Amino acid sequence: MAAIEIRLPVARKPVVQSLAQGSDKHLVAPGDTITTDTGYMRGHGTYMGDEKLVASVAGAVERVNKLICVKALKTRYNGEVGDIVVGRVTEVQQKRWKVETNARLDSVLLLSSMNLPGGELRRRSAEDELAMRDYLHEGDLISAEVQAVFSDGAVSLHTRSLKYGKLGQGVLVQVSPSLVKRQKTHFHDLPCGASVILGNNGFIWIYPTPEQKDEEAGGFVTNLKPVSLHDREVISRLRNCILALVAQKLMLYDTSIVYCYEASLPHQIKDLLKPEVMQEIVLETRQRLLELEG
Amino acid sequence: SPHFPPLENPGVRALQRQVACEPHRVTPVCWQMRGSRSKALHDRALVNCQYSMATFSTGERKRRPHGDRKSSEMTLHLKQTFEAAILTQLYPRSQIDIYVQILQADGGNYCACVNAATLATIDAGIPMRDYVCASSAGFIEDTPLADLNYVEEAAGGPQVALALLPKSDQIALLEMNSRLHEDHLEQVIEAASKACKDVYAVLDQVVRDHVHEVTTLLGE
Repeated sequence: MAAIEIRLPVARKPVVQSLAQGSDKHLVAPGDTITTDTGYMRGHGTYMGDEKLVASVAGAVERVNKLICVKALKTRYNGEVGDIVVGRVTEVQQKRWKVETNARLDSVLLLSSMNLPGGELRRRSAEDELAMRDYLHEGDLISAEVQAVFSDGAVSLHTRSLKYGKLGQGVLVQVSPSLVKRQKTHFHDLPCGASVILGNNGFIWIYPTPEQKDEEAGGFVTNLKPVSLHDREVISRLRNCILALVAQKLMLYDTSIVYCYEASLPHQIKDLLKPEVMQEIVLETRQRLLELEG
Repeated sequence: SPHFPPLENPGVRALQRQVACEPHRVTPVCWQMRGSRSKALHDRALVNCQYSMATFSTGERKRRPHGDRKSSEMTLHLKQTFEAAILTQLYPRSQIDIYVQILQADGGNYCACVNAATLATIDAGIPMRDYVCASSAGFIEDTPLADLNYVEEAAGGPQVALALLPKSDQIALLEMNSRLHEDHLEQVIEAASKACKDVYAVLDQVVRDHVHEVTTLLGE
Protein backbone atom coordinates (compact mmCIF):
# COMPACT_ATOMS: atom_id res chain seq x y z
CA MET A 1 0.00 0.00 0.00
CA ALA A 2 1.48 3.34 -1.03
CA ALA A 3 2.20 5.78 1.76
CA ILE A 4 0.39 9.11 1.51
CA GLU A 5 1.99 12.24 2.85
CA ILE A 6 -0.33 14.73 4.51
CA ARG A 7 0.55 18.16 5.83
CA LEU A 8 -1.50 20.49 7.96
CA PRO A 9 -1.69 24.15 6.98
CA VAL A 10 0.89 26.30 8.74
CA ALA A 11 1.50 30.00 8.69
CA ARG A 12 3.86 30.93 5.89
CA LYS A 13 7.26 32.01 7.18
CA PRO A 14 8.58 35.16 5.55
CA VAL A 15 11.53 34.35 3.35
CA VAL A 16 14.67 35.40 5.17
CA GLN A 17 16.75 37.24 2.70
CA SER A 18 20.26 36.70 3.93
CA LEU A 19 21.64 38.73 1.07
CA ALA A 20 19.24 41.60 1.62
CA GLN A 21 20.34 44.65 -0.26
CA GLY A 22 19.24 47.90 1.33
CA SER A 23 16.16 48.64 -0.66
CA ASP A 24 16.23 52.28 -1.65
CA LYS A 25 12.87 52.11 -3.33
CA HIS A 26 9.96 54.12 -2.08
CA LEU A 27 7.25 51.58 -1.27
CA VAL A 28 3.67 52.75 -0.97
CA ALA A 29 0.22 51.41 -0.20
CA PRO A 30 -3.13 52.76 -1.44
CA GLY A 31 -3.93 56.11 0.16
CA ASP A 32 -0.31 57.09 0.80
CA THR A 33 0.77 60.54 -0.22
CA ILE A 34 3.66 60.35 -2.65
CA THR A 35 4.43 64.03 -2.92
CA THR A 36 2.77 67.37 -2.37
CA ASP A 37 4.81 68.99 -5.14
CA THR A 38 2.38 69.83 -7.94
CA GLY A 39 5.10 69.98 -10.57
CA TYR A 40 4.90 66.27 -11.32
CA MET A 41 2.79 64.52 -13.92
CA ARG A 42 0.83 61.60 -12.58
CA GLY A 43 1.19 58.19 -14.20
CA HIS A 44 -0.39 54.79 -13.60
CA GLY A 45 -1.18 53.81 -10.06
CA THR A 46 -1.68 57.35 -8.77
CA TYR A 47 -4.49 59.84 -8.50
CA MET A 48 -4.83 63.50 -7.58
CA GLY A 49 -6.41 64.03 -4.18
CA ASP A 50 -6.83 67.68 -3.12
CA GLU A 51 -3.43 69.16 -3.93
CA LYS A 52 -1.39 66.03 -3.41
CA LEU A 53 -0.41 63.01 -5.43
CA VAL A 54 -1.78 59.85 -3.81
CA ALA A 55 -0.94 56.24 -4.59
CA SER A 56 -3.80 53.95 -5.56
CA VAL A 57 -2.00 50.58 -5.65
CA ALA A 58 0.57 48.90 -3.42
CA GLY A 59 4.01 48.80 -4.96
CA ALA A 60 7.19 50.74 -5.69
CA VAL A 61 7.23 54.35 -6.87
CA GLU A 62 8.98 54.91 -10.18
CA ARG A 63 10.06 58.33 -11.22
CA VAL A 64 11.13 59.23 -14.73
CA ASN A 65 12.00 62.93 -14.87
CA LYS A 66 8.67 64.56 -14.15
CA LEU A 67 6.48 61.48 -14.41
CA ILE A 68 5.61 59.59 -11.24
CA CYS A 69 3.93 56.21 -11.39
CA VAL A 70 3.48 53.33 -9.00
CA LYS A 71 4.17 49.88 -10.31
CA ALA A 72 1.85 47.37 -8.66
CA LEU A 73 3.26 44.02 -7.61
CA LYS A 74 0.83 41.92 -9.53
CA THR A 75 -1.23 43.15 -12.45
CA ARG A 76 -2.83 41.82 -15.54
CA TYR A 77 -0.75 41.84 -18.68
CA ASN A 78 -0.48 45.26 -20.34
CA GLY A 79 0.40 44.76 -23.96
CA GLU A 80 3.31 46.48 -25.62
CA VAL A 81 4.22 46.32 -29.27
CA GLY A 82 6.76 43.61 -29.97
CA ASP A 83 6.01 41.38 -27.00
CA ILE A 84 5.80 37.63 -27.48
CA VAL A 85 2.65 36.15 -25.98
CA VAL A 86 1.18 32.70 -25.60
CA GLY A 87 -2.60 32.69 -25.65
CA ARG A 88 -5.62 30.47 -25.81
CA VAL A 89 -8.31 30.95 -28.45
CA THR A 90 -11.67 31.64 -26.81
CA GLU A 91 -13.89 32.71 -29.69
CA VAL A 92 -14.00 32.46 -33.47
CA GLN A 93 -15.63 35.58 -34.89
CA GLN A 94 -16.21 36.82 -38.40
CA LYS A 95 -12.75 37.80 -39.54
CA ARG A 96 -10.79 37.29 -36.34
CA TRP A 97 -10.12 35.14 -33.34
CA LYS A 98 -10.38 36.27 -29.73
CA VAL A 99 -7.40 35.09 -27.73
CA GLU A 100 -7.16 35.07 -23.97
CA THR A 101 -3.77 36.36 -22.83
CA ASN A 102 -4.21 37.13 -19.11
CA ALA A 103 -4.97 40.77 -19.92
CA ARG A 104 -8.02 42.77 -18.92
CA LEU A 105 -9.49 42.52 -22.38
CA ASP A 106 -9.25 39.63 -24.81
CA SER A 107 -6.62 40.01 -27.48
CA VAL A 108 -7.54 39.97 -31.11
CA LEU A 109 -5.91 37.94 -33.87
CA LEU A 110 -7.11 39.15 -37.24
CA LEU A 111 -7.41 36.71 -40.09
CA SER A 112 -5.17 38.93 -42.16
CA SER A 113 -2.46 38.73 -39.49
CA MET A 114 -2.31 34.97 -39.56
CA ASN A 115 0.07 33.22 -41.90
CA LEU A 116 -1.50 30.60 -44.12
CA PRO A 117 -0.15 27.06 -44.36
CA GLY A 118 2.93 26.94 -46.49
CA GLY A 119 3.70 30.56 -45.77
CA GLU A 120 1.95 31.77 -48.90
CA LEU A 121 1.01 35.44 -49.19
CA ARG A 122 -2.32 36.13 -50.75
CA ARG A 123 -5.46 38.09 -50.12
CA ARG A 124 -7.78 36.38 -47.71
CA SER A 125 -10.87 35.23 -49.54
CA ALA A 126 -14.34 34.28 -48.42
CA GLU A 127 -13.35 30.61 -48.35
CA ASP A 128 -10.58 31.48 -45.90
CA GLU A 129 -13.16 33.11 -43.69
CA LEU A 130 -15.36 30.05 -43.74
CA ALA A 131 -12.40 27.78 -43.10
CA MET A 132 -11.22 29.75 -40.06
CA ARG A 133 -12.33 27.07 -37.69
CA ASP A 134 -10.11 24.57 -39.46
CA TYR A 135 -7.06 26.64 -38.65
CA LEU A 136 -7.80 27.50 -35.03
CA HIS A 137 -10.82 26.57 -32.95
CA GLU A 138 -11.75 27.32 -29.33
CA GLY A 139 -9.24 25.98 -26.85
CA ASP A 140 -6.17 26.02 -29.11
CA LEU A 141 -2.95 27.50 -27.81
CA ILE A 142 -0.96 29.83 -30.00
CA SER A 143 2.23 31.83 -29.78
CA ALA A 144 2.11 35.26 -31.37
CA GLU A 145 3.62 38.72 -31.29
CA VAL A 146 1.86 41.94 -30.38
CA GLN A 147 1.31 44.07 -33.46
CA ALA A 148 -0.62 47.00 -32.03
CA VAL A 149 -2.44 48.14 -28.92
CA PHE A 150 -5.91 49.67 -29.22
CA SER A 151 -6.91 52.75 -27.29
CA ASP A 152 -8.86 50.81 -24.67
CA GLY A 153 -5.89 48.56 -23.94
CA ALA A 154 -6.85 45.56 -26.06
CA VAL A 155 -3.98 43.99 -27.92
CA SER A 156 -3.82 42.99 -31.56
CA LEU A 157 -1.65 39.98 -32.34
CA HIS A 158 0.00 38.63 -35.45
CA THR A 159 1.64 35.33 -36.36
CA ARG A 160 3.41 36.57 -39.44
CA SER A 161 6.56 34.59 -38.91
CA LEU A 162 7.02 30.87 -39.18
CA LYS A 163 8.17 30.61 -35.58
CA TYR A 164 4.72 31.63 -34.29
CA GLY A 165 1.56 29.65 -34.69
CA LYS A 166 -0.43 26.86 -33.11
CA LEU A 167 1.30 25.02 -30.29
CA GLY A 168 1.30 21.25 -30.16
CA GLN A 169 2.16 19.00 -27.26
CA GLY A 170 3.57 20.54 -24.13
CA VAL A 171 2.82 22.01 -20.73
CA LEU A 172 1.47 25.49 -20.02
CA VAL A 173 2.42 27.27 -16.79
CA GLN A 174 0.53 30.43 -15.88
CA VAL A 175 2.42 32.96 -13.77
CA SER A 176 2.17 36.66 -13.09
CA PRO A 177 3.43 38.83 -15.99
CA SER A 178 5.66 40.84 -13.68
CA LEU A 179 7.89 37.81 -13.13
CA VAL A 180 8.93 37.30 -16.75
CA LYS A 181 12.11 39.20 -17.54
CA ARG A 182 12.24 41.15 -20.78
CA GLN A 183 14.93 39.80 -23.05
CA LYS A 184 16.04 39.85 -26.67
CA THR A 185 14.52 36.48 -27.39
CA HIS A 186 11.82 34.54 -25.61
CA PHE A 187 12.19 31.23 -27.43
CA HIS A 188 14.83 29.13 -25.73
CA ASP A 189 16.16 25.64 -26.38
CA LEU A 190 17.39 24.54 -23.00
CA PRO A 191 20.41 22.24 -22.72
CA CYS A 192 18.43 19.79 -20.57
CA GLY A 193 16.46 18.62 -23.58
CA ALA A 194 13.29 20.68 -23.74
CA SER A 195 12.35 24.03 -25.21
CA VAL A 196 10.51 26.84 -23.56
CA ILE A 197 8.59 29.92 -24.72
CA LEU A 198 8.50 32.65 -22.05
CA GLY A 199 5.43 34.68 -22.95
CA ASN A 200 5.50 38.29 -21.72
CA ASN A 201 1.93 37.83 -20.56
CA GLY A 202 2.97 35.25 -18.00
CA PHE A 203 2.02 32.15 -19.97
CA ILE A 204 5.01 29.85 -20.26
CA TRP A 205 4.99 26.98 -22.69
CA ILE A 206 7.33 24.02 -22.20
CA TYR A 207 7.57 21.54 -25.03
CA PRO A 208 9.90 18.85 -26.31
CA THR A 209 12.55 20.20 -28.67
CA PRO A 210 11.53 19.34 -32.23
CA GLU A 211 14.15 17.36 -34.14
CA GLN A 212 14.02 19.13 -37.47
CA LYS A 213 14.55 22.81 -37.00
CA ASP A 214 13.50 24.18 -40.36
CA GLU A 215 10.38 22.19 -40.89
CA GLU A 216 7.13 23.94 -41.63
CA ALA A 217 6.94 25.37 -38.15
CA GLY A 218 4.18 27.82 -37.42
CA GLY A 219 1.88 25.78 -39.55
CA PHE A 220 -1.20 24.09 -38.35
CA VAL A 221 0.09 20.57 -38.45
CA THR A 222 0.40 19.67 -34.78
CA ASN A 223 2.90 16.98 -34.09
CA LEU A 224 0.98 14.29 -32.25
CA LYS A 225 3.77 11.74 -32.08
CA PRO A 226 4.02 10.24 -28.60
CA VAL A 227 6.61 11.99 -26.45
CA SER A 228 9.21 9.71 -24.85
CA LEU A 229 9.23 9.18 -21.08
CA HIS A 230 12.57 10.90 -20.70
CA ASP A 231 11.31 14.04 -22.44
CA ARG A 232 8.18 14.01 -20.32
CA GLU A 233 10.24 13.80 -17.15
CA VAL A 234 12.40 16.71 -18.24
CA ILE A 235 9.31 18.78 -18.99
CA SER A 236 7.70 17.93 -15.62
CA ARG A 237 10.86 18.82 -13.77
CA LEU A 238 11.08 22.13 -15.62
CA ARG A 239 7.48 22.91 -14.77
CA ASN A 240 8.04 22.25 -11.07
CA CYS A 241 11.21 24.35 -11.15
CA ILE A 242 9.31 27.25 -12.67
CA LEU A 243 6.65 26.95 -9.95
CA ALA A 244 9.41 26.99 -7.33
CA LEU A 245 10.94 30.13 -8.84
CA VAL A 246 7.52 31.80 -8.86
CA ALA A 247 6.83 30.86 -5.23
CA GLN A 248 10.13 32.38 -4.15
CA LYS A 249 9.68 35.38 -6.43
CA LEU A 250 12.72 35.09 -8.65
CA MET A 251 12.59 36.59 -12.13
CA LEU A 252 12.11 34.02 -14.88
CA TYR A 253 14.60 33.93 -17.72
CA ASP A 254 16.60 31.20 -19.41
CA THR A 255 19.61 31.31 -17.08
CA SER A 256 17.57 31.20 -13.89
CA ILE A 257 15.46 28.31 -15.18
CA VAL A 258 18.52 26.32 -16.24
CA TYR A 259 20.28 26.89 -12.90
CA CYS A 260 17.15 25.92 -11.01
CA TYR A 261 16.83 22.77 -13.09
CA GLU A 262 20.41 21.79 -12.31
CA ALA A 263 19.89 22.51 -8.60
CA SER A 264 16.81 20.31 -8.57
CA LEU A 265 18.45 17.21 -10.06
CA PRO A 266 19.24 15.55 -6.70
CA HIS A 267 15.53 15.63 -5.77
CA GLN A 268 12.71 13.56 -7.14
CA ILE A 269 10.35 15.43 -9.44
CA LYS A 270 7.38 15.14 -7.11
CA ASP A 271 9.43 16.35 -4.12
CA LEU A 272 10.00 19.64 -5.89
CA LEU A 273 6.51 20.74 -4.90
CA LYS A 274 7.32 20.72 -1.19
CA PRO A 275 7.94 24.22 0.21
CA GLU A 276 11.24 23.44 1.91
CA VAL A 277 12.67 21.83 -1.21
CA MET A 278 11.52 24.83 -3.26
CA GLN A 279 13.24 27.19 -0.88
CA GLU A 280 16.45 25.20 -0.99
CA ILE A 281 16.79 24.97 -4.74
CA VAL A 282 15.86 28.60 -5.31
CA LEU A 283 18.41 29.69 -2.72
CA GLU A 284 21.05 27.73 -4.57
CA THR A 285 19.93 29.28 -7.84
CA ARG A 286 20.13 32.75 -6.35
CA GLN A 287 23.67 32.16 -5.16
CA ARG A 288 24.80 30.88 -8.54
CA LEU A 289 23.23 33.88 -10.25
CA LEU A 290 25.02 36.24 -7.87
CA GLU A 291 28.31 34.51 -8.61
CA LEU A 292 27.62 34.91 -12.29
CA GLU A 293 27.11 38.65 -11.91
CA GLY A 294 29.88 39.46 -9.48
CA SER B 1 -17.92 32.37 -14.88
CA PRO B 2 -14.20 32.89 -14.71
CA HIS B 3 -12.22 30.66 -16.96
CA PHE B 4 -9.08 30.71 -14.91
CA PRO B 5 -8.62 29.73 -11.26
CA PRO B 6 -8.87 32.24 -8.43
CA LEU B 7 -5.69 34.04 -7.45
CA GLU B 8 -3.92 33.15 -4.24
CA ASN B 9 -3.92 35.94 -1.72
CA PRO B 10 -1.18 35.68 0.87
CA GLY B 11 -2.46 38.77 2.65
CA VAL B 12 -5.86 37.28 3.30
CA ARG B 13 -4.34 34.42 5.24
CA ALA B 14 -2.77 36.90 7.64
CA LEU B 15 -6.12 38.52 8.29
CA GLN B 16 -7.65 35.23 9.23
CA ARG B 17 -5.63 35.16 12.41
CA GLN B 18 -6.85 38.52 13.57
CA VAL B 19 -10.55 38.46 12.97
CA ALA B 20 -13.01 36.04 14.44
CA CYS B 21 -14.87 35.73 11.17
CA GLU B 22 -12.78 34.13 8.52
CA PRO B 23 -13.75 34.96 5.03
CA HIS B 24 -11.74 32.97 2.57
CA ARG B 25 -11.41 32.63 -1.13
CA VAL B 26 -11.88 36.33 -1.71
CA THR B 27 -11.15 36.68 -5.36
CA PRO B 28 -11.50 40.02 -7.10
CA VAL B 29 -10.87 39.51 -10.77
CA CYS B 30 -11.20 42.17 -13.39
CA TRP B 31 -12.09 41.30 -16.94
CA GLN B 32 -14.10 42.33 -19.93
CA MET B 33 -17.86 41.97 -19.77
CA ARG B 34 -19.04 38.80 -21.38
CA GLY B 35 -22.52 37.85 -22.36
CA SER B 36 -24.59 40.46 -20.58
CA ARG B 37 -23.08 43.40 -22.44
CA SER B 38 -26.24 45.38 -21.75
CA LYS B 39 -25.20 45.75 -18.13
CA ALA B 40 -21.84 47.22 -19.08
CA LEU B 41 -21.37 50.86 -18.12
CA HIS B 42 -19.71 52.87 -20.84
CA ASP B 43 -17.57 55.01 -18.62
CA ARG B 44 -16.68 52.87 -15.62
CA ALA B 45 -16.34 49.36 -14.34
CA LEU B 46 -19.16 47.41 -12.74
CA VAL B 47 -18.41 45.95 -9.34
CA ASN B 48 -20.09 42.60 -8.93
CA CYS B 49 -20.03 40.99 -5.48
CA GLN B 50 -21.17 37.65 -4.25
CA TYR B 51 -21.46 36.72 -0.61
CA SER B 52 -21.94 33.18 0.64
CA MET B 53 -21.59 31.35 3.92
CA ALA B 54 -20.17 27.90 4.22
CA THR B 55 -22.51 25.34 5.75
CA PHE B 56 -20.12 24.73 8.63
CA SER B 57 -19.70 28.42 9.45
CA THR B 58 -22.40 28.72 12.12
CA GLY B 59 -22.99 26.70 15.27
CA GLU B 60 -25.66 24.66 13.54
CA ARG B 61 -24.81 23.15 10.18
CA LYS B 62 -27.24 24.78 7.80
CA ARG B 63 -27.35 24.68 4.04
CA ARG B 64 -27.97 28.18 2.75
CA PRO B 65 -29.70 28.59 -0.59
CA HIS B 66 -28.10 30.98 -3.00
CA GLY B 67 -29.85 34.30 -3.39
CA ASP B 68 -31.66 34.35 -0.10
CA ARG B 69 -32.49 37.73 1.38
CA LYS B 70 -29.62 38.01 3.80
CA SER B 71 -26.93 37.22 1.29
CA SER B 72 -28.52 39.51 -1.31
CA GLU B 73 -28.53 42.35 1.17
CA MET B 74 -24.93 41.69 2.12
CA THR B 75 -23.98 41.53 -1.54
CA LEU B 76 -25.56 44.91 -2.16
CA HIS B 77 -23.77 46.46 0.82
CA LEU B 78 -20.42 45.12 -0.36
CA LYS B 79 -21.07 46.43 -3.85
CA GLN B 80 -21.88 49.90 -2.56
CA THR B 81 -18.84 49.95 -0.34
CA PHE B 82 -16.40 48.95 -3.02
CA GLU B 83 -17.89 51.14 -5.70
CA ALA B 84 -17.03 54.03 -3.43
CA ALA B 85 -13.46 52.90 -2.94
CA ILE B 86 -12.29 51.41 -6.24
CA LEU B 87 -11.35 53.85 -9.00
CA THR B 88 -13.82 52.45 -11.49
CA GLN B 89 -13.32 55.19 -14.09
CA LEU B 90 -10.11 53.52 -15.18
CA TYR B 91 -11.84 50.43 -16.54
CA PRO B 92 -14.78 51.29 -18.79
CA ARG B 93 -16.96 48.44 -20.05
CA SER B 94 -15.37 46.03 -17.60
CA GLN B 95 -16.46 44.13 -14.53
CA ILE B 96 -14.70 43.52 -11.26
CA ASP B 97 -15.93 40.43 -9.43
CA ILE B 98 -15.52 40.04 -5.68
CA TYR B 99 -16.51 36.66 -4.28
CA VAL B 100 -16.44 36.24 -0.51
CA GLN B 101 -17.20 33.14 1.46
CA ILE B 102 -17.48 33.04 5.25
CA LEU B 103 -15.77 30.08 6.87
CA GLN B 104 -16.48 30.86 10.50
CA ALA B 105 -19.26 33.25 11.52
CA ASP B 106 -18.79 34.70 14.97
CA GLY B 107 -20.28 38.17 14.54
CA GLY B 108 -19.29 41.00 12.24
CA ASN B 109 -19.79 39.10 8.98
CA TYR B 110 -20.03 42.20 6.85
CA CYS B 111 -16.97 43.80 8.46
CA ALA B 112 -14.78 40.78 7.97
CA CYS B 113 -15.88 40.56 4.33
CA VAL B 114 -14.95 44.19 3.71
CA ASN B 115 -11.55 43.86 5.34
CA ALA B 116 -10.71 40.68 3.47
CA ALA B 117 -11.95 42.07 0.16
CA THR B 118 -9.80 45.18 0.67
CA LEU B 119 -6.70 43.04 1.07
CA ALA B 120 -7.59 40.93 -1.91
CA THR B 121 -8.22 43.98 -4.09
CA ILE B 122 -4.89 45.49 -3.13
CA ASP B 123 -3.19 42.19 -3.86
CA ALA B 124 -4.82 42.02 -7.28
CA GLY B 125 -3.41 45.42 -8.17
CA ILE B 126 -6.79 47.09 -8.67
CA PRO B 127 -6.45 50.85 -7.93
CA MET B 128 -8.35 52.07 -4.89
CA ARG B 129 -8.68 55.46 -3.24
CA ASP B 130 -7.66 54.12 0.14
CA TYR B 131 -8.07 51.02 2.27
CA VAL B 132 -11.62 50.23 3.36
CA CYS B 133 -11.72 49.10 6.97
CA ALA B 134 -14.90 48.07 8.67
CA SER B 135 -15.93 47.33 12.21
CA SER B 136 -19.16 46.84 14.09
CA ALA B 137 -20.09 48.54 17.34
CA GLY B 138 -22.95 48.27 19.80
CA PHE B 139 -24.30 49.78 22.95
CA ILE B 140 -24.82 47.38 25.84
CA GLU B 141 -25.41 48.46 29.45
CA ASP B 142 -24.58 52.08 28.67
CA THR B 143 -21.18 51.19 27.24
CA PRO B 144 -20.21 51.43 23.59
CA LEU B 145 -18.61 48.14 22.51
CA ALA B 146 -16.56 47.66 19.38
CA ASP B 147 -16.33 44.50 17.26
CA LEU B 148 -19.27 42.52 18.55
CA ASN B 149 -19.18 38.78 18.53
CA TYR B 150 -22.07 36.45 17.82
CA VAL B 151 -23.35 36.31 21.41
CA GLU B 152 -23.37 40.10 21.70
CA GLU B 153 -25.13 40.44 18.34
CA ALA B 154 -27.73 37.87 19.20
CA ALA B 155 -28.57 39.73 22.42
CA GLY B 156 -30.65 42.08 20.26
CA GLY B 157 -29.16 45.41 21.21
CA PRO B 158 -28.44 48.20 18.73
CA GLN B 159 -25.62 47.47 16.32
CA VAL B 160 -23.80 49.75 13.97
CA ALA B 161 -21.59 48.58 11.09
CA LEU B 162 -19.17 51.20 9.84
CA ALA B 163 -16.93 51.03 6.76
CA LEU B 164 -14.35 53.77 6.73
CA LEU B 165 -11.61 55.08 4.46
CA PRO B 166 -9.09 55.68 7.25
CA LYS B 167 -6.76 58.30 5.80
CA SER B 168 -9.47 60.76 4.88
CA ASP B 169 -11.97 59.68 7.55
CA GLN B 170 -14.64 59.27 4.91
CA ILE B 171 -17.47 56.87 5.63
CA ALA B 172 -18.16 54.40 2.85
CA LEU B 173 -21.10 52.72 4.55
CA LEU B 174 -22.90 53.18 7.85
CA GLU B 175 -25.61 50.77 8.78
CA MET B 176 -27.60 50.42 11.95
CA ASN B 177 -30.37 48.12 13.06
CA SER B 178 -32.58 48.22 16.13
CA ARG B 179 -33.14 51.49 18.01
CA LEU B 180 -30.55 53.73 19.56
CA HIS B 181 -31.06 57.05 21.33
CA GLU B 182 -29.41 59.86 19.38
CA ASP B 183 -27.38 60.94 22.40
CA HIS B 184 -25.47 57.70 22.28
CA LEU B 185 -24.94 57.68 18.53
CA GLU B 186 -21.78 59.75 18.57
CA GLN B 187 -20.06 57.52 21.13
CA VAL B 188 -20.92 54.39 19.22
CA ILE B 189 -19.65 55.77 15.92
CA GLU B 190 -16.52 56.95 17.73
CA ALA B 191 -15.92 53.44 19.05
CA ALA B 192 -16.45 51.92 15.61
CA SER B 193 -14.12 54.50 14.05
CA LYS B 194 -11.37 53.72 16.47
CA ALA B 195 -11.74 50.00 15.84
CA CYS B 196 -11.56 50.65 12.09
CA LYS B 197 -8.33 52.58 12.53
CA ASP B 198 -6.91 49.71 14.55
CA VAL B 199 -7.83 47.25 11.81
CA TYR B 200 -6.25 49.63 9.31
CA ALA B 201 -2.98 49.53 11.23
CA VAL B 202 -2.93 45.74 11.05
CA LEU B 203 -3.84 45.57 7.35
CA ASP B 204 -1.32 48.25 6.48
CA GLN B 205 1.48 46.45 8.27
CA VAL B 206 0.72 43.21 6.45
CA VAL B 207 0.61 44.93 3.05
CA ARG B 208 3.84 46.83 3.63
CA ASP B 209 5.66 43.73 4.83
CA HIS B 210 4.48 41.81 1.80
CA VAL B 211 5.45 44.58 -0.64
CA HIS B 212 8.85 44.91 1.00
CA GLU B 213 9.43 41.16 0.87
CA VAL B 214 8.45 40.80 -2.75
CA THR B 215 10.42 43.84 -3.87
CA THR B 216 13.53 42.60 -2.09
CA LEU B 217 13.16 39.11 -3.54
CA LEU B 218 12.58 40.33 -7.06
CA GLY B 219 15.65 42.50 -6.81
CA GLU B 220 16.34 44.34 -10.03
